[in-house]
Amino acid sequence: MDVILLQLLNGLDKGGAYALIALGLTIIFGTLGVVNFAHGALFMLGAFCAVSVQALLTISKKVKDESITFFDAYKEVPYLEAWWGDTGSMIIDYAVPLSIVIAIPLMLLLGLGMERGLIRYFYKRPHAEQILVTFGLAIVIQELIKAQFGANPIPTPAPEVIAGSANVGLWVGLGESVVYPWWRLIYLAFAGVIIAAAFAFLNLTTYGMVVRAGMADRETVGLLGINIQRRFTIVFGMAAVIAGLAGVMYTPILPPDYHMGMDFLVLSFVVVVVGGMGSLGGAVLAGFLLGILQSFASMNEVKSIFPGIDQIIIYLIAVVILLIRPRGLLGRKGVMET
Amino acid sequence: MFSGLTTNDKRLFIGFTIAALAMPLLAWPVGANYPDLLQKFAIYGIFAIGFNILFGLTGYLSFGHAAFLGVGSYAAVWMFKGVTMNVIPAVIFGVLVAGMFSAVIGFISLRRSGIYFSILTLAFAQMSYNLAYSVLTPITNGETGLQLRQDDARVLDRLFVDRAEGLPSTNLFGLEMSGYPGFYFCCVLLIIAFFISLRIQRSPFGMMLRAIKTNQVRMNYTGFNTRPYALTAFIISGMYAGLAGSLLAVTDPLAGAERMQWTASGEVVLMTILGGAGTLIGPILGAGLIKYFENIFSSYNDIMLSESFSFLPDFLNDTLVFVIGPFVGEGWSLLLGIVFMAIVIFLPGGLMEGLTRIHAWYRRRGSGGTPTAGSASSSQAAE
Repeated sequence: MDVILLQLLNGLDKGGAYALIALGLTIIFGTLGVVNFAHGALFMLGAFCAVSVQALLTISKKVKDESITFFDAYKEVPYLEAWWGDTGSMIIDYAVPLSIVIAIPLMLLLGLGMERGLIRYFYKRPHAEQILVTFGLAIVIQELIKAQFGANPIPTPAPEVIAGSANVGLWVGLGESVVYPWWRLIYLAFAGVIIAAAFAFLNLTTYGMVVRAGMADRETVGLLGINIQRRFTIVFGMAAVIAGLAGVMYTPILPPDYHMGMDFLVLSFVVVVVGGMGSLGGAVLAGFLLGILQSFASMNEVKSIFPGIDQIIIYLIAVVILLIRPRGLLGRKGVMET
Repeated sequence: MFSGLTTNDKRLFIGFTIAALAMPLLAWPVGANYPDLLQKFAIYGIFAIGFNILFGLTGYLSFGHAAFLGVGSYAAVWMFKGVTMNVIPAVIFGVLVAGMFSAVIGFISLRRSGIYFSILTLAFAQMSYNLAYSVLTPITNGETGLQLRQDDARVLDRLFVDRAEGLPSTNLFGLEMSGYPGFYFCCVLLIIAFFISLRIQRSPFGMMLRAIKTNQVRMNYTGFNTRPYALTAFIISGMYAGLAGSLLAVTDPLAGAERMQWTASGEVVLMTILGGAGTLIGPILGAGLIKYFENIFSSYNDIMLSESFSFLPDFLNDTLVFVIGPFVGEGWSLLLGIVFMAIVIFLPGGLMEGLTRIHAWYRRRGSGGTPTAGSASSSQAAE
């Protein structure tokens, strides 16, 4: 029972990341009709926002280390610490949460720039060309990051206060055997909030209603005198923000490196397809579902029955779903049928 | 053998044969005339031709083609280990195994088309890659990669020769498959592969494939069942990939799982698009260009750069090194990505379309100036 709860949490966590990326992909696909292979790169850029903020905050000067007396030793002291003492080190400690504030406008700008600068020329082109050009863009972004930050993962820890683990087992009456890192719980809650916010925005606001109308019938909405293109551009920016935030929050869980975007992209695309192309609910559902299944498949008990199942479970499920439910779990009729 | 081909096609084929056989000479001016690189040209040329049959002709964008390449490699190396170091059985076995593997994957993947097809092939390729790394380690030797060993069985070889010291090398009835003999072996297979692809493109079967690409729904309504045709194209394309994979094993008897990774699948897509999808020559051109520039640029570094610009004044030299530096050596993929994006944005037909456009412009400018000779040769090139 303990193990199952633990794996469930693990799965939800992973599923949260998948769901957030897949949600953005689906929004972009539903509004603009563009298959965005560069979405994983946006996720990665978000993660590297956190890395950059941390690097900026810890710009250091060399100070003579007084504790060593045999020879002249120098140590690096971040300027923030040198100026503000403990307050400074606290700010550095909170690099990851702080970078959320910076990531939102940055990712929004980036998303808008990407849509205006590149994607809009590809609305009318075949899907294959959309895939190819965004694939190229993803390579370019990935290589730029690699050139700037190197090929190694960069550890970006969560704040000290929540570095420990929560005693989840006590909450649900399972004793103290189930402990789980606080940050992962926060990530889970965060993913839930973002998903809820995206749905609320699309379903409860007038703006969102118009966007949904545009998704259903773009031409008619345009004929009603609404500049639907502009709204779609903004929605693209928001999808970029969602991916970026998912990336920022994921950094303490997985130290970011330059190919994390591609790794997550492949999986998220599978998630989108399993959920049903163009279905927002499907993307979220499939994201969590596949995340949970993946973490259950990596349990030793399961692995001893089906060796290697943890490596392929997601793809296997995608194949099965596509064959028995060609539209995906919640896919609607008429979306990307061919 | 040539019945049913137009004069242009015959000329194209003969021209291609000569060019392929003379590749060491042609590559000499650009400094690419060493066998290892030439072998790569030929092998990836075959891979790209095969991919083009599926993507360029039939219109199915597979994102998992490297899986067949990897399977071909493994099969060939197992043939070397188990039976004989002669390359013929290994190549045949590699092609057959890749063909069977692609039949299974194609049968499932082709039930869907468009982006779903891409995702399905990607899923299968990733599955094979992950399995090759983990559970299938007895067959694939996991991360280390499958290698020849001194104590391999090699049943057939044992009948004729005693076990020699050191690792045996791959051979064609005694002729060692390294250096130029290896290149010419690949080259002959490249020519055969090219000829088959030419015949396919000119055959009624090729017309069917084109029709599938153009409008599959209409094909279905006219009463054709398109799936067997698409599946055949998929299998042929998989066998080409298997051939390329087994040739990789022939020139260097080592097979690793990283050959199946999806970045490798992406590379063949790049090659085909760069050269021109759907054309005969384009994919080979793209494969050659990418392999050539990968080889040249990835070995450059800042010092070499500043040496090659040393005739310039210092500040210009420094600026150039600063600007170009990030794109060579480690950053070669960055350059590749940018070029690839530019091609997709501005020239979706690839380099071949570029050539056609230049030619059309040239003819418009000197209208009536260069009538038959020029147009004949370039309409071939545009094919």
